[in-house]
Amino acid sequence: MKILAIDTSGNVATAAIYEDGIITAEYSIHHKKLGRGNKNGEKTHSETLLPMIDEMVKGKGLDINELDAIAVSEGPGSFTGLRIGSATAKGMGLALGKPIVNVPTLKALAMNVYDEDAIISPIMDARRQQVYNALYEYVKADGDSLELKELREADALAVSDLLDILNEMGRKVVFLGDGVDVYKDVIKENIKVPYSFAPAQMRYQRAGSVALLGAKLVEEGKAVNASEHSPVYLRPSQAERERAEALGEA
Amino acid sequence: MSACLILAIESSCDETAASVVRDGREVLSNTIYSQIDLHTLYGGVVPEIASRKHIDKINYVIETALKEAGVTLDDINVVAVTYGPGLVGPLLVGLSAAKAIAWAKNKPLVGVNHIMGHISANYLEHPELEPAFGSLVVSGGHTHLINVNSYTSVEVIGRTYDDAAGEAFDKVARAIGLGYPGGPKIDKAAKEGNPKAIDFPRGKVDGSEYDFSFSGLKSAVLNYLNKAAMKNEEISIPDVAASFQAAVVDVLVDRAVRCVREYNMKSFALAGGVASNSALRASLEEAMKKEGVKFYVPSPILCTDNAAMIGAAGYYAYMDGKRDDLGLNAIANLRL
Repeated sequence: MKILAIDTSGNVATAAIYEDGIITAEYSIHHKKLGRGNKNGEKTHSETLLPMIDEMVKGKGLDINELDAIAVSEGPGSFTGLRIGSATAKGMGLALGKPIVNVPTLKALAMNVYDEDAIISPIMDARRQQVYNALYEYVKADGDSLELKELREADALAVSDLLDILNEMGRKVVFLGDGVDVYKDVIKENIKVPYSFAPAQMRYQRAGSVALLGAKLVEEGKAVNASEHSPVYLRPSQAERERAEALGEA
Repeated sequence: MSACLILAIESSCDETAASVVRDGREVLSNTIYSQIDLHTLYGGVVPEIASRKHIDKINYVIETALKEAGVTLDDINVVAVTYGPGLVGPLLVGLSAAKAIAWAKNKPLVGVNHIMGHISANYLEHPELEPAFGSLVVSGGHTHLINVNSYTSVEVIGRTYDDAAGEAFDKVARAIGLGYPGGPKIDKAAKEGNPKAIDFPRGKVDGSEYDFSFSGLKSAVLNYLNKAAMKNEEISIPDVAASFQAAVVDVLVDRAVRCVREYNMKSFALAGGVASNSALRASLEEAMKKEGVKFYVPSPILCTDNAAMIGAAGYYAYMDGKRDDLGLNAIANLRL
């Protein structure tokens, strides 16, 4: 099976090629300065993503017509960032007649870390004092391998609320994601269970993880027609939220 | 030379559109998914909502355009796409998809300026029209008076200093309770009203005879409404609409006439969403007739944002040697 994987959900533009169980190519560019601020950051994905993919595919000598699917990190994440990856995947899917496989961003992020005992807690800065989070643990799968099991489904919540949940669970935790850069001090001050922060080489989105998870989802028959793919934002737009609030008050 | 088929994609605002155009002149398909109902709830285009709709519909409009043209991507010679000006979020959807298609099918990519597209809409319906000519591009986001020197080179003679003409229509329509989108609603109401009922100002820009200003006019309408409300006087919505519209049209026609005289233009082409306005079409046509200038305007379906016009502009840019690489980015304030 051959898969091209894309993730532009956060600060990293990342793409990878998966061929029969091996990540045969991976290319990542971390764009923004850490944390908040650089408003133009998302735009850079638009300039770099396709040139990166082109270089990688040519370097590997891959015939893109042989791809089985295009795996795209579906969200949550930066709205504009997600759409750059999604529109690129949809254009490729349309042109090549290939399906898209929607890969949950937080689960792919969690796959960067491998720890049998800990709760894996990816946190992505969601602004408005919140993080996008889901919780996972590794459980025994067939034979000698482990696979990720979801303990808490993805949503946006305050870091303090997440820490309450983790303190309540009472188990060792590994944090990763760009939320670590923003909320490291808050976590250190308030956490009551053993914890660690994943080191930089596994802290951010990696398309290799998206590709692996994508391959598994393709095997499970979960690929969709490219026209059907849409990002998973987890949040309505600001205008929709404000309108709903106004209607609620009226 | 065999025919050149362009696949064109446009998503700069709230229309998701794709088209197949032959040799820059012939529309084989023109698919537009309009989001207007969605934005009506908010009284204007919400960029995030527009972007979300674009991503849902982008493949649908491209596939429909190819199917209606009776071609496949293998038959396409060039992929053309709007890369500005417009809303960045919406632009990025069409642009990212276009780049991916061009890359996957190994086709040349040509980025097109949205305003060049509006001008070029005229080529699709008027086979005899060739540069040089004058053009007035009026829409929700743009008001430009242009000297079209060639298919790919234009000179901006006048532009708006504040609101675009279409923006003024939207704001006034909202103020008199007609709602969004303002252009067609004011056009309709004005048909029942007296354009001379209220003497609204004809906006000028000091020291520049070709530029436009509509914010003073907009304020004058709001003042008129406030005064009437304070005095508890009933207003005639058709009269306000007709008088406001007349003020906009007068200014646009005045600058256009000045321009064809000064630059000795033989032809003049109206373009952009506001080019659908019936009063503007009629007045400008009459004024140009008086000047002995040939007048052109596209059908309303090619005045609104569409991809066929991007295909026309893209064709001439391609023939002129323009090629863009995969790093092409969306530019919200792209200049002509």
